[in-house]
Amino acid sequence: MLMHIDWSFLSWELLRGFVLKGFIFSLVLTVIATLGGVLFGTLLALMRLSGKKWLVAPATIYVNGMRSIPLVMVILWFFLLVPLIIGRPIGAEASAIITFVAFEAAYFSEIMRAGIQSVPRGQVFAGQALGMTYGQNMKLVVLPQAFRNMLPVLLTQTIILFQDTSLVYAIGAYDMLKGFDVAGKNFGRPVEAYLAAAVAYFVICYSLSWAVKRLHKKIAIIR
Amino acid sequence: MSWDWQVFCQDTITQEVAQSCFGKGGDITYLDWLLSAWGWTVSVSLLALAIALVVGSLIGTLRTLPDSPWVVRLGNAWVEFFRNIPLLVHIFLWYHVIPAIFPAMKSLPGFVLVVFALGFFTSARIAEQVRSGIQALPRGQRYAGMAMGFTTVQYYRYVLLPMAFRIIIPPLTSETMNIFKNSSVAFAVSVSELTMYAMQVQEETSRGIEVYLLVTALYVVSALAINRIMAFIEKRARVPGMIAAGGGGH
Repeated sequence: MLMHIDWSFLSWELLRGFVLKGFIFSLVLTVIATLGGVLFGTLLALMRLSGKKWLVAPATIYVNGMRSIPLVMVILWFFLLVPLIIGRPIGAEASAIITFVAFEAAYFSEIMRAGIQSVPRGQVFAGQALGMTYGQNMKLVVLPQAFRNMLPVLLTQTIILFQDTSLVYAIGAYDMLKGFDVAGKNFGRPVEAYLAAAVAYFVICYSLSWAVKRLHKKIAIIR
Repeated sequence: MSWDWQVFCQDTITQEVAQSCFGKGGDITYLDWLLSAWGWTVSVSLLALAIALVVGSLIGTLRTLPDSPWVVRLGNAWVEFFRNIPLLVHIFLWYHVIPAIFPAMKSLPGFVLVVFALGFFTSARIAEQVRSGIQALPRGQRYAGMAMGFTTVQYYRYVLLPMAFRIIIPPLTSETMNIFKNSSVAFAVSVSELTMYAMQVQEETSRGIEVYLLVTALYVVSALAINRIMAFIEKRARVPGMIAAGGGGH
């Protein structure tokens, strides 16, 4: 039943030639989307928690809207709309980066919201009693604790994000999966290439989630 | 920029606008095609959901069995395998790799392979929910079942699982909505579902915005419908006086 699986075509040269470039893009995309997503996600979360209707409504619509559309469709939407808005064509890679920042902001905002709500109200009152402004209170009291509470969930979301970057396949951007895909097609060995891709993703994501679990334990003890 | 919704009434081959918006005889308009694409999305999702529920419940239950560490480890391995590899890679594995290893599966259409890929992928997530649902029950429930002289199968069937499944309805709802969203990844192996439709028709008609808007709307409608159905099930399955422990609902 087993067909001939030939691993010999997988060499360092091949990995360097086809996969490395894609891996770096996946990594860059993950890092930028995480940083941008946390930044805009925090803003969205603060808007939703502000209690002012004109801030709550748009943020809620944005977050729920993003979360009810498949990521592939969001990627396609941005690839279509961004060139129309800025008036000139844009590469698949640049479009992917904008998409993921916008998309992940919605998901990170939900994590941040839960994190901010997990900070006891007494902390906010204490800050106010010390005469802190809203900005100082958020920056010095609430957000540092919220980030700490949410760190494991935040990192888990980043691992999911790293896996989701494979979906830029839809617009032909060159990520890690695409690297394996192209290598497999060039050498006529798609079976081995996809297996190798699966192993690569598994090793990376499994070790990262193992690390997150350890971190979680550490943080839990300190608290 | 101006709207052009007439594009959906066009014939897919001649590009002529059909009077009724639906094709006659063997002809199909873009609207006909859109509805059939929606049908594919719904069938992929529902069939994958069926597989995911059966396999996920089984694996999730096995992971809570007392005194069988190897069964638990096997269940954990299943969950880790699916959680740490992207869905798109799973779909490629089912579409390109598995038929190469088992030649008998070469004749299966891509649709079936995608259903299996999506079903097994989601089963790992449902298994995780079922496990946490069972473990959220007070330990006394299990011991009470044992003390009544139930066999393991019996106390799972009559004591633990009925409560566990009620507890996990809210996360199960979002997982069901996720299946509909994740079915969009089937475009990668040319199953003609909504996302594939969006990509192709956008290219053929260059009316991307109108096409994407309708496709997106159909995804949202499908997700909302699922949400309402699950809310109904949750309401009907409610045990009087018990549901507060299950975390409320929507």
